Amino acid sequence: MNIVVCCKQVPDPEAPPASFKIDAAANKVAPAPGVNQVISPFDEQAIEAALRIKDGQESTVRVISMGTDLVSDVVKKPLAMGADELYLIQDEALNDGDGISTAYALATAIKKIGEYDLIICGRQAADWDVGQTGVGIAEELGIACVTVAKKVEVVDGKVRVERVVADGYEVVEVPLPAVVTVSNELGEPRYATLKGIMGAAKKQATVMSAADIGADTAKTGKAGAKSKLLKLYIPVREGKCEMIEAEDPAEAGALLAQKLREAKVL
Amino acid sequence: MGEIGILTVSECTDGALDAISAELLGAARKLADELGQKVATVIIGSGVGDAGKDAVAYGADEVYVADDAKYANYQPEAYAAVVQQAAKDLSPAIILAGQTSIGRDLAPRVAFKLQTGLSTDCISLKLDAGRMIMSRAVYGGNAMADYVSESDPQMATVRVKSQEALAKDDSRSGDVKTIAADADIKTAFIEKVTEEVTGIKLEDADVVVCGGRGIGSEEGFEPLNELAKMLHGAVGATRPPCDNGWIASTQQIGLTGKIVSPTLYFGIALSGASQHIAGCSGAKNIVAINKDDEANIFNVAHYGVVGDYKKILPALIAKVKELG
Repeated sequence: MNIVVCCKQVPDPEAPPASFKIDAAANKVAPAPGVNQVISPFDEQAIEAALRIKDGQESTVRVISMGTDLVSDVVKKPLAMGADELYLIQDEALNDGDGISTAYALATAIKKIGEYDLIICGRQAADWDVGQTGVGIAEELGIACVTVAKKVEVVDGKVRVERVVADGYEVVEVPLPAVVTVSNELGEPRYATLKGIMGAAKKQATVMSAADIGADTAKTGKAGAKSKLLKLYIPVREGKCEMIEAEDPAEAGALLAQKLREAKVL
Repeated sequence: MGEIGILTVSECTDGALDAISAELLGAARKLADELGQKVATVIIGSGVGDAGKDAVAYGADEVYVADDAKYANYQPEAYAAVVQQAAKDLSPAIILAGQTSIGRDLAPRVAFKLQTGLSTDCISLKLDAGRMIMSRAVYGGNAMADYVSESDPQMATVRVKSQEALAKDDSRSGDVKTIAADADIKTAFIEKVTEEVTGIKLEDADVVVCGGRGIGSEEGFEPLNELAKMLHGAVGATRPPCDNGWIASTQQIGLTGKIVSPTLYFGIALSGASQHIAGCSGAKNIVAINKDDEANIFNVAHYGVVGDYKKILPALIAKVKELG
C-alpha cells in the first residue's frame, strides 16, 4: 500500500485564547511568544490512521507538508511516529490559498511524488478550519472521498470507513485509490518512540518548490483562490461574570442555586 | 420577482423538513428580498413527504424534489449530482447548505465541481454591493474572518442555529417540482449505526450540563448526570472526556461536535477553549464551575464559582430540591 498523508503546521490550538493576537493591517495571525508550532491535531490522527494500516500490511507512508517557515522538529514528528518519507512543499506562490487552490497544489504534489493508493488528511486544519482540502484533492484526482472517519481499514482493494455523523456513524466502502479525512473519534495518535525520534533525525526531507511539483502558479495560493479574505478580527465578548463568593464549596453551591432562582433561570 | 437568486440545500428526516433547512430558508429569504430575487430549494431523500410543502411555508418560491429509494441514505456522488443539476438549471447567484453531517461533505464536492469558492460554517451572511459577505470563525473560534467569493455561484455552509427561520406560513404559495440527475457512484453505503444516548437530545435540551477534562473519569460524570436529570436536561462534554471514553462521542459540544443553545448551560471543570465555546456560545445563561480562577470559561460565563465541582454540585442539587 502506498499511503500519502497531508500534514499542516499550525500554531498550537491548545494555547490559551488570551495569547492569540492578530495583525489587522496584514489580515494575518501575529506570531505570539510562547505559542509553539505543531502538526494540526486532526492531521496527527491522519498519521495514526495510516500507521494502523501499516501495522497490518506492508505499506509505505509518505507525508506531505506544504507551507513556508516550517519548523524541522515539528514537521518531522510524523517520521518519528513511524512514517517513511517526508516531502516539504515550500513556495511563497503556494501560500494563502483557499480550498480550491490548496487542493490543486496538494493533488499536483501527490501525483509528482509517486504512486498512491490511499490519501489521508485531517477533517479540517486547526488554523482556518475550512474542511475542504480532502474532498478537493479527491475531485482534482478524480477519485472517491470519505470524510470525517473514525475508523479506516483496507480490505480487498477497497477502503472501509466508519464515518462519524450526528447520531452515530455510517459504514461506507470506496474503491482504491481514495481520499479519507479523519476526525478525533479515531483515537489518540501514538507517541514517537526514542528510536523513532533518532531515526527521524537522520532522515532527510525532500524539499520541493511549485516548479518542482509542476504546479501552474496561476492556480495556486492566493492567485488561484476563489474565496477572498476581507477582514480578520477578534470577536468582542461582552461577558460579565458574576462570581459567587462563599466560605466553602457547599455554601457556594447553595448560593448559586439561589442566584439562578432569583434570576428565574431555574 | 425575478430569477432564482438563492438555492438552498434542504435536508429532511422521516418526511419532515429539518430545523437547519428552515433556518437556511429564513436566511435565504432575507438575502433574496434584498436582491429582488426568488428562493429555490432542493430536497433529496426517500419518502420526503410534506417536506416540499413545508419548504414553501418556510419561504421557498420553488422546490425541487429528488425522491428516490437510492437517496434513503446519504450518497455523496448522487446527492452532489442533484445539487449540481439544480445549479445548472437555475443558475443561482448563491447556494447555501447546512454545516451538518451531510452539508459539510456535500458542499465542498459541489463547489469543486462548479469550480467556485465556498465558505464553510458561516454564522452571518449579508450583502454588500450585491455580493455576499460571509463571516465565519477561524483558528478554533479565536478569531472571525469575513470572506467574499470572487466566483459564481457564491457558496456557503451555515452553522446550525445561527440563522432564524421564518414563522411557518401555510398560506404561502410556491411550486414543487421534481429533479433528477445521473451520477458516477463510487461510495457504497453498508450500514448506519446509531449511538445516540437515551434521554433528551443534546441539541434540543433546554438545560445542558457539560463536563471537561477536569471531570477525570466516567464516574466523575455522576453528579453532572444527577443535575441534568433533575433539571430535565442533557449531559454533554468537551473533547477530552469523549476522546478518553468517559462519555459517548456523540455528546461532544464544540466546533466539530454538537452546537447547543439552551436557556441554561453549566460548564464544569472545563477550561473554555475557543473550539468548545464555538459550540455553546448561543446559550442564554452560562454557569462556570472550575478550580482555576484564570480559566477562560469565566470570560464568557454569566455566573461563576471557583472551586471543586464534586463539592459544589451536591450542594447545588440539594438547594434546588429545597427551593422546589
